[in-house]
Amino acid sequence: MFRLLRTINLAVKSLLLHKLRSSLTMLGIVFGVFSVIAMLAIGEGASKQAQDQVLELGATNIIVRSVKPPEQASSTTASSNSFILRYGLLREDLKLLSKENISGIERSIPIREVSAPVRYRHREMNCRVVGCTSGYFETNNLNLRDGRFITEHDQVKIDTIAVVAAQVAETLFPGEDPIGKSVQINGEYYEIRGITRTRGATAAIGGSLSGQDYNKDIYIPLKTMQVRMGDDNIQRKQGSFSAESIQLHQITLQISGTEDKKAEDLVIPISEVVRETMEINHKGKKDWSIIVPMELLEQAKQIQLIFNLVLGSIAAISLVVGGIGIMNIMLATVTERTREIGVRRALGARQRDIIEQFLVETIVLSGVGGAIGMLLGWLTPQIFSGTQWVYNKISSKTVEVDAGFNNMFADLTPDVQPWTLGLAFGISVGIGIIFGVYPAMSAARLDPIEALRHE
Amino acid sequence: MTQAVETQFAARVIELHKHYYLGEIVVHALRGVNLDFPKGDFVAIMGSSGSGKSTLLNLLGALDRPTGGQYILGGFDVSKMTDNDLSDIRNRLIGFIFQSYNLIPQYTVLENIEVPLHYRDSRQPIDSEDRDRCEHLAKLVGLDGRFDHKPFQLSGGQQQRVAIARALVNNPEIILADEPTGNLDSKTEEEIMQILLDLNAEGRTIIMVTHEDNVAKLAKRQIHMKDGQVAGDGLFRG
Repeated sequence: MFRLLRTINLAVKSLLLHKLRSSLTMLGIVFGVFSVIAMLAIGEGASKQAQDQVLELGATNIIVRSVKPPEQASSTTASSNSFILRYGLLREDLKLLSKENISGIERSIPIREVSAPVRYRHREMNCRVVGCTSGYFETNNLNLRDGRFITEHDQVKIDTIAVVAAQVAETLFPGEDPIGKSVQINGEYYEIRGITRTRGATAAIGGSLSGQDYNKDIYIPLKTMQVRMGDDNIQRKQGSFSAESIQLHQITLQISGTEDKKAEDLVIPISEVVRETMEINHKGKKDWSIIVPMELLEQAKQIQLIFNLVLGSIAAISLVVGGIGIMNIMLATVTERTREIGVRRALGARQRDIIEQFLVETIVLSGVGGAIGMLLGWLTPQIFSGTQWVYNKISSKTVEVDAGFNNMFADLTPDVQPWTLGLAFGISVGIGIIFGVYPAMSAARLDPIEALRHE
Repeated sequence: MTQAVETQFAARVIELHKHYYLGEIVVHALRGVNLDFPKGDFVAIMGSSGSGKSTLLNLLGALDRPTGGQYILGGFDVSKMTDNDLSDIRNRLIGFIFQSYNLIPQYTVLENIEVPLHYRDSRQPIDSEDRDRCEHLAKLVGLDGRFDHKPFQLSGGQQQRVAIARALVNNPEIILADEPTGNLDSKTEEEIMQILLDLNAEGRTIIMVTHEDNVAKLAKRQIHMKDGQVAGDGLFRG
């Protein structure tokens, strides 16, 4: 142990002889290690972000949505009935997909959504009018800023009341308290009973679910919506006309018992039952789709694994390049110090001693580089937020970028996993050994006589 | 390594041959050299370039193996040893002094003197006793007060003194000096030769290669090499 310390000490002495050269050589490893850690951290951060988005849907939920069937298939059914296109989830589905029919379901939360102009006095705003039940607020992590949510009692009374999102309140009631005032939707008046807090939009997840902006919502009791607005949604625009009849847009099923059992063991089988029930009830008509966040989560994790692997490999290449730099310098050093090698051999050093000496030098070089890289890697979140700051400064002035990308970039927080620090350091030392062996061997194999004569 | 046999000779060379193969051509660098070096001898090996004196020195220094013949050093037959054993022999029995000093540039005076101790058989770490010995040797060759200097801070003569101290640190059987004063001015040359003479007076065996007559005549014995053979061997003092 003492011997090793001394060898390291001697190695440091030799390296300090050429400070600039040693530090430049080290730089290759510093950046290599740093990029491995940073890449893995960013990958991990992106993975967390993606998983969080899925989790926002509720990891243990199952979401059944209405889907507009393809035109050809729909034209026959549509023509047989009327020009109104009927599709989507039915209230009957809600009854089937309930805790009475399928065990494991704790709650079924239906919604119906329509895009409609909402008026208050002379002000008007296009909102997403959501007919929902009391469970909706909880499943979507909506919090109240003021007033109250829609309750079961409102459903029974078929009350014309509404809860508005923060942005709607600000647009329609600037400088006024909306509570108790009435807004007009489709000619009916709804009294505002509550205001929700601002909630960040959810990003789109793959192709299965589009992003959701909760800030232009207005919530009314589902029953009220059914009674006051009916199921038909007719939109007239210049020269075009579309009419469709949808009973429900989405049913979110909450699964119970996930605390004591492994969630995926519970959710996946229930999702199969839901799928079968829906298929039977809709007689094979594909006007619905099922989203299982748990499955998406698994997919996201798998994709992330590949993503991390690719990022890590790219970074690892830079580490290898750093290693080649070290080898190059060590080979030059061996040539330069041929005489010293000859002297040491003459004074009794065995080949092994020479190998040890140069190998330790290389390992010290890569080890110190690795340690600095590790430190930088550990600071990845800080460095990354610096990058974000710079990006914001530049992008806000020059380029128009997709808002979704901006959001994603702004929300991304690199997550440095402690094991990546160890791994990257280990690899850097390993690279020191691998790329140090050849120069060390070539140093040891020198003929002492030749080496002594070397100028 | 076989057990050493006690002899009155520090080193003996018996019918030593050395051939080099330069492609197709065989160079006979040594053609049967016989030499005895009694303990306490001070020998100057002389000869023009190509006479084989460098080859002889390499063999005496256990840096190379002879093609034929025997080399007995301190009772060991060195002629057929493995590379590792040769390393150990060099470390234990030979002290090298080179024309161009060959100090390790990044080490201080004391560290340079310590170098052979790193490679001793036991690979024992250097302790305070070793350090005392190094300091003692440094003082002996007149380097008092320069223990922490680096080679580039020293004059040629001082560097050669470091090299001499380094050659003595393992208490070797023979000291091999390859033109020890070749790079020095005449005054420094005298000082260095005086150190070697003092060491010889203490009973150390010194084998020195030189082509300067005034240096050679300080030795007890001069050996002239020619065409790979000993052309003359004798006492030419003064």
